[in-house]
Amino acid sequence: MLKDMVQGCLGPLAVCMNECQGDLSVEVSKPQVLEVLRRLKDDPGLGFDFLSDLFGVDNSDLHKKKPAPKKAAGEGAADAEPEQPGPLPPRFEVIYLLLSLKTNKRLQVKVKVPEDDMTVDSATSIWKAATWPERETFDMYGIRFKGHPDLRKLLMWDEFPAHPLRKDYPLEGLGEERHLIYE
Amino acid sequence: MLEDSCLSGHSTGDYVKINIGPSHPAMHGTLRVVAWTDGETVVKADPEIGYLHRGVEKLAEAMTYHQFIPITDRLNYCSAICNNVSYEMAVEKLMGIEAPEKAQLIRVIMMELARIADHQVCVGILGVDLGAFTPFFYLIIQREEIYEIFEWYNGARLTNTFGRIGGVEADLPDDFDQRWRELRPNLIKAIDETDKLLTHNRIWMDRTIGVTTFSAEDALNWGFTGPCLRACGVKRDMRKDEPYCMYDRFDFEVPTGKHGDVFDRYMVRMREMEESIKIIDQAYKMYKELPADAPLMAKVPKAIRPPAGEVYNAIETPNGELGFFVKSDGSDKPYRLKIRPPCYMIYQAFPEMVKGEMIADLVACLSSLNVIAGELDR
Repeated sequence: MLKDMVQGCLGPLAVCMNECQGDLSVEVSKPQVLEVLRRLKDDPGLGFDFLSDLFGVDNSDLHKKKPAPKKAAGEGAADAEPEQPGPLPPRFEVIYLLLSLKTNKRLQVKVKVPEDDMTVDSATSIWKAATWPERETFDMYGIRFKGHPDLRKLLMWDEFPAHPLRKDYPLEGLGEERHLIYE
Repeated sequence: MLEDSCLSGHSTGDYVKINIGPSHPAMHGTLRVVAWTDGETVVKADPEIGYLHRGVEKLAEAMTYHQFIPITDRLNYCSAICNNVSYEMAVEKLMGIEAPEKAQLIRVIMMELARIADHQVCVGILGVDLGAFTPFFYLIIQREEIYEIFEWYNGARLTNTFGRIGGVEADLPDDFDQRWRELRPNLIKAIDETDKLLTHNRIWMDRTIGVTTFSAEDALNWGFTGPCLRACGVKRDMRKDEPYCMYDRFDFEVPTGKHGDVFDRYMVRMREMEESIKIIDQAYKMYKELPADAPLMAKVPKAIRPPAGEVYNAIETPNGELGFFVKSDGSDKPYRLKIRPPCYMIYQAFPEMVKGEMIADLVACLSSLNVIAGELDR
């Protein structure tokens, strides 16, 4: 029901849709994300007018973990041609959690962000609620939001050199120290 | 840091820059605000957060699902039980299981007790920050009694680690009936006394009415939830609108305000405490009707390995919508866990709220928003 309505509202803008335990998510392409969010907000039937949250996900470990296809025994594993590594899927993902206050339905909008083009259009022009979440996503993953009024780091200090929620950043940290400079 | 355009043609040199916090009694421990002031008036405020950042979301990726429950205590430490239940329900949703009826009722009773305790702290501290010290004692003594109940349930007072994924670990002890009967009138009396001391007090009204008003439209745009949104006049409560834990079977009101000022936020919290007492009464009545040997846990495997997938689950905590986004890759640890803290969304509108207000009102506003650094910084 909701799936059909979202499909009808977005048409070809929806790249693919997925459902997990009743949570509907729709993937859209990066250049069109603002148009998608506006359409979902202004659609009279859907009315996703509340931005619940916005955050990034680093999928690099998921791509790595893909199990190698099992080879049947005795087929000569040694001389089998190594599988050609295809182009990796985009590393990062930005997820928008939308809520409709009228129907109390929720929707996840996902945007894939490749490592060589880490810019997403800022949603602050639609919802001011995106201000700090976008700053935090920039802080934690290094994804830049074009059009954000004040894109500074939020939780880490300004000189912090890394993006700690990336999967290649170790849990213990890299020994960064904060040197306080008093003005 | 400060753009000249924000100051309408003036340079920063024309204003006095004041640093408030992070170690300041009015800043609740670890919050810091840099304010530019013109006399007593705040021209621009810039909150800086992250002083209590512990990397909870990164820690979650290195822990099994059950190991993470104690960490959720450290989010909003005034009502740890609500955080525990929110997280447990998110994992339950990911696994496709539901806690049995009895466990849900115990959760409701404990969550509403936690809600009362949280509101008591918020209202009490709001009074202290504005110079009214006495109501704090009336409220905090009864909060102590609530913590006695928590302690006697599972040994912990503040960081409760309540419940397990799939249900709760223990039944309510036998003398809950007597304890609740003793506590209930005292709670009502404490709320009444606070009401008498504050609500119609001339000084209190002058300090709170019309201070940092916020429109409903702005509040929704900024992502407000919980009492701060209801104070603006929006009747939204997840317990009514997206019922979970059988909340649709209880009869209670959703109090709302009108202007979204400090006074309305205070009134909404005061009335919510009374509603919570009503809910506990009903939940306990339903609980007593259940057979004594009704199950407390759903069937949960010993090692929790939810199937690959991602869900978002949120509940109404005392501060608003607390949500957990859990992404699983099929292993025994979450692949990504995102917490949606309610006061994080509210606090980001702080510069807009206090612009043009007095410095002393900045403190009142911060206090009435109930910003808890634990869930703000994670």
